[in-house]
Amino acid sequence: MPENALELEDLVMHFGPVRAVDGVSLQIRKGTVVALVGESGSGKSTVGRCIVRLLEPTGGTVRLADADITHLNRRRLRPHRRDVSIVFQDPAGSLDPRLSVGDIVGEPLRLMRRRGDLPAEQRDIPAAVADALRRVGLRPEVAQRSPHELSGGQRQRVSIARALISSPRLLVADEPTSALDVSVQASVLNLLADLQRDLGFACLFITHDLSAVEYLADEVAVMYLGQLVEQGPRERIFGVPAHPYTQALLSAAPVPDPTTQRARQPVLLGDDLPSAIDPPSGCRFHTRCPVAVDRCKTEVPISRVIGAGGHQVACHLVADDGTGPDVREQPVDRGVTA
Amino acid sequence: MAVADVTVQAGTPLSSRRRKVVRRLLRNPLAITGLAVLAIAVLAAVFAPWLAPHEPTQTNLGQAFAPPGTAGHLLGTDDLGRDVLSRIMFGLRASLHVGLLAVATSLAIGVPLGLMAGYFRAIDALISRFTDLVLAFPFLILAVGLAAIRGASLGNAAIAIGIAQIPGVIRIVRSETLRLKSLDFVAAAIVEGAGDPWVLGRHILPNAASVIIVQATVAIPAAILGEAVLSFLGLGIQPPAPSLGTMLSDAQQFASRAPWAAVMPGLAIMLLALAFNIVGDSLRDALDPKASRR
Amino acid sequence: MSTPVLRVRELSVTFRTEDGPLSAVDHVDLEVTDQEVLAIVGESGCGKSVTAMSLAGLLPRTATVEGSVELDGVELIGADKRTLRSIRGREIAYIFQEPMTSLNPVFTVGTQIGEVLRIHNGMSRSAARKRAVELLKVVGIPSAERRVDDYPHQLSGGMRQRVMIAMAVACDPKVLIADEPTTALDVTIQAGILDVLRGLRERLGTSIVLITHDLGVVADLADRVAVMYAGRVVETAEVHDLFAQPQHPYTAGLLGASPAAGRHAGTHRLNEIPGLVPVLAEQPDACTFADRCPRALDTCTAKQPLLDQGDHQVACWNPVREPVEV
Repeated sequence: MPENALELEDLVMHFGPVRAVDGVSLQIRKGTVVALVGESGSGKSTVGRCIVRLLEPTGGTVRLADADITHLNRRRLRPHRRDVSIVFQDPAGSLDPRLSVGDIVGEPLRLMRRRGDLPAEQRDIPAAVADALRRVGLRPEVAQRSPHELSGGQRQRVSIARALISSPRLLVADEPTSALDVSVQASVLNLLADLQRDLGFACLFITHDLSAVEYLADEVAVMYLGQLVEQGPRERIFGVPAHPYTQALLSAAPVPDPTTQRARQPVLLGDDLPSAIDPPSGCRFHTRCPVAVDRCKTEVPISRVIGAGGHQVACHLVADDGTGPDVREQPVDRGVTA
Repeated sequence: MAVADVTVQAGTPLSSRRRKVVRRLLRNPLAITGLAVLAIAVLAAVFAPWLAPHEPTQTNLGQAFAPPGTAGHLLGTDDLGRDVLSRIMFGLRASLHVGLLAVATSLAIGVPLGLMAGYFRAIDALISRFTDLVLAFPFLILAVGLAAIRGASLGNAAIAIGIAQIPGVIRIVRSETLRLKSLDFVAAAIVEGAGDPWVLGRHILPNAASVIIVQATVAIPAAILGEAVLSFLGLGIQPPAPSLGTMLSDAQQFASRAPWAAVMPGLAIMLLALAFNIVGDSLRDALDPKASRR
Repeated sequence: MSTPVLRVRELSVTFRTEDGPLSAVDHVDLEVTDQEVLAIVGESGCGKSVTAMSLAGLLPRTATVEGSVELDGVELIGADKRTLRSIRGREIAYIFQEPMTSLNPVFTVGTQIGEVLRIHNGMSRSAARKRAVELLKVVGIPSAERRVDDYPHQLSGGMRQRVMIAMAVACDPKVLIADEPTTALDVTIQAGILDVLRGLRERLGTSIVLITHDLGVVADLADRVAVMYAGRVVETAEVHDLFAQPQHPYTAGLLGASPAAGRHAGTHRLNEIPGLVPVLAEQPDACTFADRCPRALDTCTAKQPLLDQGDHQVACWNPVREPVEV
């Protein structure tokens, strides 16, 4: 069993002039949960789609359990399909409204049967489907239902059942709880945590919700405008975030406790978002960074290991031992709200 | 909007989508009327040989120009004493025959082309140019050409009309395919390892079906009208076999003497086309999952 | 106790749907005092959006609205079109969730803000434009003199939402209804919008009714909170009280469901609320949360609990009395 479930090396994805992903390198060790965090336009969803080969990367490498799948054609990709699965954000759109839940969850197995790599213990597809449904907390009778009869939370469970039925090495979860209510999010997050612990798959958890990240992730990678600005173990990213953007992100996420929240001063970055077609020169974050210096406008920062324990950051102002600016203590940029 | 997205509980009775559609359809009085008219027309056409009071080609010069209400001729007779009602019934037969054949042709060719155009970007350019070509080609020239090569007949009229309808079908199926292709459940299938034929056949086509059905119900009356035009011009069904179109064209000459000979088939065409259109519209509304508010 | 600017009494909304009647809001009482931010919190199907829309008279014709909504003494339910038109925009303003679709793409933002001013205050075009620039500054848009001539598509989502807020406060309304104003925005942009909203209360003295499902936003902005479930208000309290000691089991459940700092899956488990929000044709004389409630008693299914009196009100037969552990 290879050490890394996934390796991304300098992944690049351009859509014509839009440079959605511009050099992302990341490893996911088997059995770990890595959260890929970013706001809209960061490119995190695109990374997810490259990994499952819904897109063919423009450059760089995607290695799934030691197999280079970056430019394989459809036919050669087939044997690798069972190693990776994806769960999407929209519970309504990710299930075919014309099929029954049983057909939907069983589809990966039927495809495997056609390819000839259906394991013996899953030959009885309806039974395997019933097992998968039970594992995600749904009664097997749900197999007879149509997606539109289910609630959002139930549909996400069906999505998860479908994704895990082929026993993948890696699960890509693209904003799996963003479209759900708070209490339903809780049950899906609990489910993902339980399943991950029991089945041992690696997981790329793509999200913008930092509190969910803190709950679920072992490691965190932060993206901004197509590039990784910081990555490392969860405790370090949340405890001692080094990159100004990570710090701003953490400070902006409101905490559900009025006393704490009202004592905080969020870092305000300004609404002028740069475009992926013509990204800023040098460090892409410099146009909104409260502590940017001249060097940041001209020189692209390289991702370096800082401090201890696999913590990497791409910022000129952070020293090798991890010391650097903390924009949360800076006088807040009040120029934005005149 | 919180209310419209209200989700159904797992415990509510299984209300299958089909049943819901039928329920919605039957709740609409206009739809019911349309369906009733279609039912009558189809029955009349199918059982014409048994139901018609007279032979449609039976001439009876003694009874020529009999007005509606004359004994034995509910809708009157034409210049040759032929019973208008019987001719309409057989004419309906011909019209429906053409309508169905034309639409079947256009679907058989248009649906696969539309699916491929929407799904494969490389082929899209090619198919779209082909569609433009057919659209640019004058329909009547096509019909005349076909008649010249293969002889004027009902079947050839149907083919000509079918070909003329292909671009419309392609366009609709293509846009629906494009829309469906971008949905997550298609992406999910691809990630599972589904090949293009699997995705097209199992996911895209069934979901495009409702759009295709609605298109068909609206295309049939267009085809019937097209047949009326072609037969009017002598390119369709050949006399003495009746078609609603030929009845109209024949009645031109003696319209003043026996207006019913033109009005009746005209009304029949109109009612048939109207019924199909109404049912098609109602079906489209009934199939639309978002239209659940009155 | 100052007189409320907005007083809602026994508000009930029922929808006529294909599958029969749907009770969306049931006898809701709310009060907003001067310069106060009242947050209405709940998940999908709780009726918070419908309540907000009924305050602004924006419900479709399929809705039957009963009860009373008094804005500074003027009754809005059943008011004639003229009264409503003069009040909307001037006394009570509304901002929606999607800044993308709320702005007209073919007019500049200056024109759209100016439109509100000219309709309600009869300003001239030049005066309206000047005021529009001032308003853009109030909501924190840099280079306001230049941006006033921009079209909506030239602005980012966060900026568009600021423009919406500018339009809403143009005529200095007493109450601003903000329906999920930051849900569609990124978190760093959301921080800016919350800052603007906070500023409104301080600078213009506007009261805000904030509809949201995000407890963090509530903690940040609200003075008082009303928690809704299945069309009813189940708890109302001052914000610190609500978070420190939620009394209704649903509120406690919601707070327990949010992942919080320092809680990781290895050692903690998020609180789940089993079951689903009910979809009710008619509101029963019972507690509608009972079937999902860990503290349910027999009385809960026999009789509807009503909100009690006082600063911290709860509608429950068996409320939680111990403070939440942090």
